[in-house]
Amino acid sequence: MRVVVCVKHVPDVQQPRSLRPDGRLARGGDDDTLNELDEDALEAGLRTAEAAGFPGEGHDVTVLTVGPAAAVEAVRRGVAMGASGAVHVRDDAVAGSDAVATARVLAAAIAELHAEAPVDVVVAGMAALDGLTSLVPAALAELLGWPQLTLADRITVADGVVTVRRETSTDVEELTAPAPAVLSVTDQAFRARFPGFKGILAARKHPVTTWSLADLGLDPSTVGPAGSATRVVHAAERPERADRVLVTGDAETVPALVDYLSQKGFA
Amino acid sequence: MNERENGGQAGGSVAVLVDHLDGTVRPTALELLTLARGLGREVHAVWVGDRAPAAELAAHGADVVHEVEVSGADARLTASVVDALQAVLAAGVVGLVLVPSTFEGREVAARLAVRTGAGVVTGVSGVAVEDGCWTARKTVLAGGWDTACAVTGPLAVVAVAPHAVQALARDGAAEPVVVRRTAEASAAARAVTVVSRTRRPASERPPLAEAEVVVVGGRGVEGDFSGVEELADVLGGAVGATRVATDEGWIGHEAQVGQTGVTISPRLYVGLGVSGAVHHKGGMAASATVVAVNNDPDAPVFEFADYGIVGDLTEVLPALTAELRRRRG
Ligand SMILES: Cc1cc2nc3c(=O)[nH]c(=O)nc-3n(C[C@H](O)[C@H](O)[C@H](O)COP(=O)(O)OP(=O)(O)OC[C@H]3O[C@@H](n4cnc5c(N)ncnc54)[C@H](O)[C@@H]3O)c2cc1C
Repeated sequence: MRVVVCVKHVPDVQQPRSLRPDGRLARGGDDDTLNELDEDALEAGLRTAEAAGFPGEGHDVTVLTVGPAAAVEAVRRGVAMGASGAVHVRDDAVAGSDAVATARVLAAAIAELHAEAPVDVVVAGMAALDGLTSLVPAALAELLGWPQLTLADRITVADGVVTVRRETSTDVEELTAPAPAVLSVTDQAFRARFPGFKGILAARKHPVTTWSLADLGLDPSTVGPAGSATRVVHAAERPERADRVLVTGDAETVPALVDYLSQKGFA
Repeated sequence: MNERENGGQAGGSVAVLVDHLDGTVRPTALELLTLARGLGREVHAVWVGDRAPAAELAAHGADVVHEVEVSGADARLTASVVDALQAVLAAGVVGLVLVPSTFEGREVAARLAVRTGAGVVTGVSGVAVEDGCWTARKTVLAGGWDTACAVTGPLAVVAVAPHAVQALARDGAAEPVVVRRTAEASAAARAVTVVSRTRRPASERPPLAEAEVVVVGGRGVEGDFSGVEELADVLGGAVGATRVATDEGWIGHEAQVGQTGVTISPRLYVGLGVSGAVHHKGGMAASATVVAVNNDPDAPVFEFADYGIVGDLTEVLPALTAELRRRRG
């Protein structure tokens, strides 16, 4: 069983975040951290591999990220949780990639890993908390030409067939597809394990494979701003609102609120 | 040719993916058609399946209705929907594709963009042509920043948030042209088998993602959602919850609003005993009017509420529901 988990290093959502004048997200702060939702993907990947006998002969969980130098922390966190391999794709040309261009780099790295030894499943989180687009898992599936099984809350892999359970906005589904497949998981079912002290120490020394675009045979013009079909042309922090109403009190405040709602057409 | 070298010409017509369930159009699809019609281009409604309600789609803006049957795979799979859209794109000059910005819609957008080289923007509140490019407006970083994102190539795929525009039927719509098509499912669609699919019980209230009014209960309701439900019913709205309330099991997980729950952009959001944590805010920041009741004056929700009451829910909520009922007579 070979599992690849895609993770992203993102600005901490609890801290002030901002966009640079060129419209890109300001990254590289001291509080940047592993996207919390990718911990669920890591947990799902580890459990899926463990069901097949990981850690053990022929079983591997590789954690993969694309990002600047500091992003290595995201894969180290994955190793601390129990991943056996770590890959960091790092190249100045990648900065400023949109979701599709980022997926292109991830897909190339996954293809490289797959060529090394066949991958069974790729697991991603349900969204990255910076852009919140949820585009990458489906884009990866399309780029790799592998089936997509997204927003799973249960995963089984047996005899080369991947089965997931998922809840859409209207239905509960069970889907299957032959491996290799691209999965994403919700934050409901895979409460992430906490890395132990030993794991954290080991992760510091664990080798991380670093690939450049050239290592992946990717032309720099297919990533970054040059390879992105979108461009942020305007970014402005929202001004403080001056017309907010704040009242203190209990039931006696209600008539004024109802007046307000009725002005707005709700009452 | 590098598609972007032509400087991004926002030409062509607009295609709208019509979201539907059991043959009934989702209200947000009518919003997308209204938005498309306002762009002054020919509008192509894409209906995956048969028996499209062509008159309804035409009334909201469709000039042409494409009924696309996908053969060889389950028609509701993301890859199948992309196959259907691609069949329509192949037939004409579409410059902009609009899809709903739901989890399903965004996945369709991602695959379509990869397949066609299009630029994709999600969670969008408006689209226009600026400097010759399709340009989409959206709010990011939990409602903190307004941005505009241009698509630099000839094709844009834009996922539109609910209620970005109000659905409006036009007067005297012409007879729509209905085109029937079949699309061969791609290998990606054929590879997936639907073993089972069970409809989740639908509530009597409007679906959360589409509701014009959403009343959200948080930890402050202390396990009892009946007051939240009553207020939602008086306002004709949907009931939502914070993750704390769903984790506690006070209400089903499908009610969770936030960046890992449902993204909403109702005309009115009412938060009851909700602190307004950034994870929650990320999923509701696009709400037009925000009302909050919370007994903690320092709760972050008051930083973005249009109207806040620092007060005790057990007093304010029943009084609010009663006053709304009384005024309605
Ligand atoms: C990866 C991740 C993803 C998450 N995704 C989401 C998400 O999608 N959606 C989401 O909601 N959360 C999400 N969360 C959780 C989020 O961080 C907050 O914990 C949550 O939103 C808080 O819910 P709450 O407002 O109900 O509870 P609290 O933060 O505990 O706030 C309850 C509020 O109720 C007030 N209150 C209590 N009693 C009364 C009373 N009698 N009258 C009036 N007010 C009262 C309190 O003053 C308090 O402000 C996520 C967290 C993580 C880590």
